Amino acid sequence: MKDLKSQASKSTTPGKGGLTPEIQSRIGHQLRAMYDDVVRQGVPDRFAELIKKLDAPGGAPQVQTDGGSNDNNNGRD
Amino acid sequence: MPLTESLRNDILAAVPSLRAFAISLSGNADRADDLVQETLLRALANIDSFQPGSNLPAWLFTILRNLFRSDYRKRRREVEDAEGNYAKTLKTQPSQNAHLEFEEFRGALEKLPQDQREALILVGASGFSYEDAASICGCAVGTIKSRVNRARSKLAALLYVDGAEDFGPDETVRAVIGGSGG
Repeated sequence: MKDLKSQASKSTTPGKGGLTPEIQSRIGHQLRAMYDDVVRQGVPDRFAELIKKLDAPGGAPQVQTDGGSNDNNNGRD
Repeated sequence: MPLTESLRNDILAAVPSLRAFAISLSGNADRADDLVQETLLRALANIDSFQPGSNLPAWLFTILRNLFRSDYRKRRREVEDAEGNYAKTLKTQPSQNAHLEFEEFRGALEKLPQDQREALILVGASGFSYEDAASICGCAVGTIKSRVNRARSKLAALLYVDGAEDFGPDETVRAVIGGSGG
């Protein structure tokens, strides 16, 4: 009985950090609204293309690396 | 594991949430898409190290989060410069009130320390368990829980200083427009 009572009061009083359940749910709602707004945009073409390219026999595209050592064109013929 | 068609589809399916995570982290749509692209290239280049049956979104989020971390400091000034960029990513313009509220929320989110922001987004928006979020961030589950709690408290302090009654412009608008009450 006591447990029920304390649980009931918990739901209406501020929890950790002084947050009421109402504020917690409001924050959660706004956070998801912001996030889902982007999720709903789906997959932009550039990413669909990128992943589709992996079908090609060439396999995975090369990750660009900074200044490879093969390209030192030293001009000697 | 090799890149099977089903794995490729799963990666594709994760792209929308990767973008949402990237935008929430960086606050900048262009930067976010670069991050996603880099994440995909890394993931595909290292697909052999993905454990079949393990959590693919968590694996991809980990890559993105680490990429973001690795050049966060370099980019910081640029990111802070990007105010307003986020609005351009919206497909539909929310109503003006909703839009203002939205901007305010985003502004508050950006004021959070990065540790707290990413924890809150992973748990509160991406829908990861505390355990998955901890593995993505490379920290203990208890650490994630406390970061999420601190993030919520700070957001509440920034947005709703006066408590739960301060629920938006309705009261103020009524007071300004009204006066018709008496």
